[in-house]
Amino acid sequence: MAELCGIVGIGQTKLAAKRVDVSMPGLVREAADRALTDAGLDWRDIDAVVVGKAPDTFEGCMLPELYLADALGAPGKPLLRVHTAGSVGGSTAIVAASLIQAGIHDRVLTVAYEKQSESNAMWGLSISAPFGVAVVAGAGGFFAPLVRGYMRRSGAPDDVGIRVAVKDRLNALRNPYAHLHLADINYQMVEQSPMLWDPIRLLEACPSSDGACAMVLAREKLAKDAPTRPAWVHATAMRSEPTMFAGRDAINPEAGKQAARDLYAKAGITDPRREIDCAEIYVPFSWFEPMWMENLGFAPEGSGWRMTVEGATALDGDLPVNMSGGVLSSNPIGASGMLRFAEAAMQVRGQAGEHQIAGARRALGHAYGGGSQYFSMWIVGSEKP
Amino acid sequence: MRDVAIISFAQSVSARESERNEVEFLMPVVREAIAASGIERSEIGFTCSGSSDFLQGQPFAFVMALDAVGAWPPIRESHVEQDGAWALYEAWVKIQTGEVESALVYGFGKGASGDLGEILALSLDPYCVTPLWPHADSIAALQARAWIEAGRGTERSLAEITSRSRRAARSNPHAIVSGDETPDELLARPYVASPLRAHDCAANGDGASAVVLAAGDLARSVCSRPAWIRGIDHRVDPASLGVRDLTRAPSAELAGLRAGVGRDRIDVAELYAPYAHQEAILRQALGLPETTNVNPSGGALCGHVMMSCGLQRIGEVARRILSGTADRGVGHATHGPALQQNLVCVLEGE
Amino acid sequence: MADPVKSIVTPIRLEYDYTPGRATSRFLRGIARHCILGQECPKCHKVYVPPRGSCPACAVPTEREVEVRDTGTVVTFSIIRVPSENIHFELPYAAISVLLDGAGIPFFHVVQDIPLDQVRMGLRVRARWVATEALAPTIASIECFVPSGEPDAPWESFREHS
Ligand SMILES: [Zn+2]
Repeated sequence: MAELCGIVGIGQTKLAAKRVDVSMPGLVREAADRALTDAGLDWRDIDAVVVGKAPDTFEGCMLPELYLADALGAPGKPLLRVHTAGSVGGSTAIVAASLIQAGIHDRVLTVAYEKQSESNAMWGLSISAPFGVAVVAGAGGFFAPLVRGYMRRSGAPDDVGIRVAVKDRLNALRNPYAHLHLADINYQMVEQSPMLWDPIRLLEACPSSDGACAMVLAREKLAKDAPTRPAWVHATAMRSEPTMFAGRDAINPEAGKQAARDLYAKAGITDPRREIDCAEIYVPFSWFEPMWMENLGFAPEGSGWRMTVEGATALDGDLPVNMSGGVLSSNPIGASGMLRFAEAAMQVRGQAGEHQIAGARRALGHAYGGGSQYFSMWIVGSEKP
Repeated sequence: MRDVAIISFAQSVSARESERNEVEFLMPVVREAIAASGIERSEIGFTCSGSSDFLQGQPFAFVMALDAVGAWPPIRESHVEQDGAWALYEAWVKIQTGEVESALVYGFGKGASGDLGEILALSLDPYCVTPLWPHADSIAALQARAWIEAGRGTERSLAEITSRSRRAARSNPHAIVSGDETPDELLARPYVASPLRAHDCAANGDGASAVVLAAGDLARSVCSRPAWIRGIDHRVDPASLGVRDLTRAPSAELAGLRAGVGRDRIDVAELYAPYAHQEAILRQALGLPETTNVNPSGGALCGHVMMSCGLQRIGEVARRILSGTADRGVGHATHGPALQQNLVCVLEGE
Repeated sequence: MADPVKSIVTPIRLEYDYTPGRATSRFLRGIARHCILGQECPKCHKVYVPPRGSCPACAVPTEREVEVRDTGTVVTFSIIRVPSENIHFELPYAAISVLLDGAGIPFFHVVQDIPLDQVRMGLRVRARWVATEALAPTIASIECFVPSGEPDAPWESFREHS
């Protein structure tokens, strides 16, 4: 690795169901401006721009980065557009980091967004090819059977999903950018919310949001002198596997396990539960918290749910998870992965305000996508690796 | 920078894949590129692809394509919603980080399953331009007109470019169209969007291409004459056609400069010019002399698979270097209306 | 601004010629004659239904056709209560992941003729086809699955698929 990469600027928009006050360029600009301000930099300081978002069909705009080039200050610079399904926000940050790590650029702006209100994402997710029958409605319909499989396999109590949903919404109340601010959230409220994709209830599912996230990454020499202390990239990992093949374990996918092992090895971590201070992971449906705890190696297979039940993943637990309120509280799909990565960086920079974990020195950011088959993750730290 | 080379290339182009789906036409191309590379599939360090959901008419079209590459056990993989040439760039960057020694890159597209010129209207300003549904050929025609009015060329220059391309395509088994018409014969044909005639616009089709990249010693150990990437750069211009000088391609000029096109002679150039006048604009932007053999494959005019075409241009140059028929060449890719975004890759044999 | 424009509606309509591909075409022609055709991987010998023309795990084309039965096991399921424009079943309904006898991977369909609270993993089902004269090259030729009346399959027999 030629260069160390530091995160010197982070910005996000207010996440909301409909941001009718801004256009798509306005939305990405809002996040990018905040990231530049945080970094104490100007548009001319940026060498390259890396954009990520989920399918173009979500807004009905093909290759929107071409149109957004002006809003992102990209003319005259390299512009890359990443798309790796739901993991894209994370993958985009990793591609941006690799431009620094390879020694190609000094400073890179990376932006991920989704403006779901401009089209119908649920329709976009469920388009079925001719000659078929659409059976599952949206992502919930696809993931609910996996959740049921996990419940059966692990023998977890039925209410683990409810507990996760309450915890993440309580965390969201501390995050001014979060979409859902449910002031009176409690166990009964989640339990009594309508069953949408049995066993997933309305309040156990993520909302549909508009929003963007941006980060400025810089090489070591420049990051060192940034106005706010940088978060350092300790390790990144990406893995993919096919959607379906005979014998595939979609509940505890091998691609996620391998990515986590690779990540920890690169970061020199042997006991992730002890050595990582907090984790911001992609949980669009509440049961995915225990599922990913196992997949990420924080808990032995079949016992991830114990971490939730015992409060280990709460803000005051030994491994706080989704301090920002997570995807369950805000889901601008294309930006969701980058928001996870950015939250991890904010934690180790001490920038997370009311949802700050005191003394966080090493944090995990995680995203997944497709049929639980695309994984991207990074570990960032307050100290250089 | 680490030395990185293209060590194999494969492609498949047809006017219309009416029987095979994406996985079925992509899989043989990927297998061919891997087999020719001399590297085992399981030894390839990184995989990156380029495609567009709107060409397939389905979200996550690239996810299914993973079935064609052998992603089990799980692989390090990424995807750009851009031409495969940008996937090659991302893979080159990955090798530069030192994390991997080799990469498989592919691009694929179905440009013939819908009206590509109409679909591309969705890549314009969604609030003020897309609702007018301008056809891609019409936008290119505005550029061609501006180019002619600026005195850069004439309709005859277009016919000469097209005539030369179609003649070159006769020896390219992957060409969709070819011919031996004289410029005068072409000029007698009707316009589709004046000053452009049908033959001045790319022949759209379906297909895929793939290359394998390898770093220094690995490339030398498996390949007798690797096509070394001596420079690669890409730049973008503003989106709004109104703020650009359409007779030039500033982003191509800059990318060419940074990739080092002018540092030595260029034997062969493959330029992704889906419209005849764009070849002339690009030739000027890259400062290519008369001695350079431009688009010996017939270029995009004679076979255009959107999202794969740029990678194919680079592959066509690599193929000539790998076989020893050229020493130094440039492969170019473009994206966006009227040459908005451009990538330039300089390749050289040893 | 006194009266800002907050949104515009731009209807989009694009037409595509869809190519199912060789493997899927053969499968659909089989369906049209009341026959479910899978394809066996030459390397791992698993049978793909519907066939996709390749084994993604082995990255090899699959060619050998194998007829599988129209009975199978529910390996997992969800009761869907969310409306969606592209769904044509009446709410609520039971979406199932069904592993046909002889197949190596399950696929999604629905189960009917059973109270929703009795849908379970391991339930044995069989396909209910449309009338013979209505058979066509589409999965919709299988209207739904219904309980076959056989005893439930033990979990161990389908654990790796759920
Ligand atoms: Zn196999």
